[in-house]
Amino acid sequence: MSTEKQQKLSYKQLFTSCFYLSAFTFGGGYVIVPLMKKKFVEELAWLSEDEMLGLVAIAQTAPGPVAVNTALMLGYQVFGPLGALVAIGGTIIPPLTLLMLISYFYHFVIASPFVAAVLTGMQAGVAAVIADVIFTMAYSFYSQRKFDSLLLVVAAFSAVFFFKLPIPLLIPICALIGLLAGYISDHRGRQGNED
Amino acid sequence: MIYWELFRAFFKIGLFAIGGGYATLPLIQQECVEAYAWLSLNEFNDLITISQMTPGPIAINSASFVGTVIAGPLGAIVATLACILPACLILSCLAYFYFKYRELDFIRRILNGLRPMVLALIASAGVGIISTALFGTNQLKTVSLNQINYLQLASFCLGFYLLRKKQKDPILVIFLAGLVSGIAYLVTLAGV
Repeated sequence: MSTEKQQKLSYKQLFTSCFYLSAFTFGGGYVIVPLMKKKFVEELAWLSEDEMLGLVAIAQTAPGPVAVNTALMLGYQVFGPLGALVAIGGTIIPPLTLLMLISYFYHFVIASPFVAAVLTGMQAGVAAVIADVIFTMAYSFYSQRKFDSLLLVVAAFSAVFFFKLPIPLLIPICALIGLLAGYISDHRGRQGNED
Repeated sequence: MIYWELFRAFFKIGLFAIGGGYATLPLIQQECVEAYAWLSLNEFNDLITISQMTPGPIAINSASFVGTVIAGPLGAIVATLACILPACLILSCLAYFYFKYRELDFIRRILNGLRPMVLALIASAGVGIISTALFGTNQLKTVSLNQINYLQLASFCLGFYLLRKKQKDPILVIFLAGLVSGIAYLVTLAGV
């Protein structure tokens, strides 16, 4: 690892980035994960997009909140076990403290139409962020000429969205498809060599 | 002891919360409303509303909320840690093996299948979020085009433009959209 990269990597930055994303991310796991990708892959360049998608995939296979799981994997990848702890801390402290405070006066918050209007507006912002991320990720498969991956995206999307396939079932199916596709392309490669 | 009960209930929620987000709700209801009667059904519905209004995973939000209501700040911390503990234990093992063996063909191929799945899951959640933002409901089957909220549509398009063409910070975009809607509410309230 180059010294320049070592300088860029710091626990403090990991903690503050996770804290900031977690404190301002409304709408749950599938909003914060794309934002993590933007922060750590595009801005800080701590890991590649492929590595990030790998982390999210592993995070999906364990129970628990996707945001916390992804933070754990991300911290682990950049700094090892201590990094995982730092990333988890940064991710859970904002909702933990906020909900502690809110539980004392939530009746007021729920009843306020102004708060409701602001939150409705924020949904439009969240929707734009999600749309942007979907575009960027789909384009990255396309630009790498991974058309078989794109086909799998469409198939998996249909399975979840239209046919309501539970995610715990989808994970092993996609893993199996990945394995099969690997062996098939291997087999073809070997046949090609024999010719 | 109340802390131990909180710990047990939320450890269980964390352990069986597979799929994340709203898939966890029935489990939280079962533990907090039915098994322990920490919350009434009304309070549980309030909790869902608050979770939608505040950042953070719904399981963490519930743990902090219920923990505070039942046993104060220490209760919140116990419940939250209990809730993430199962995932941390399981993932630490997975992470260890993942980083050790991720160069193996076998693992690489599995990941080749899982990466597109991640995009599909984000897209699937995204359709619901976009529909809720623009039409006020995520039930796409019942949506008709004239239900569209033009202010929301404008915020959405502006946000999308700022993100793609101007590379603006996503969190800034989210707050701008909230600001626009808040101001619009105050303007209608003032009757201008």
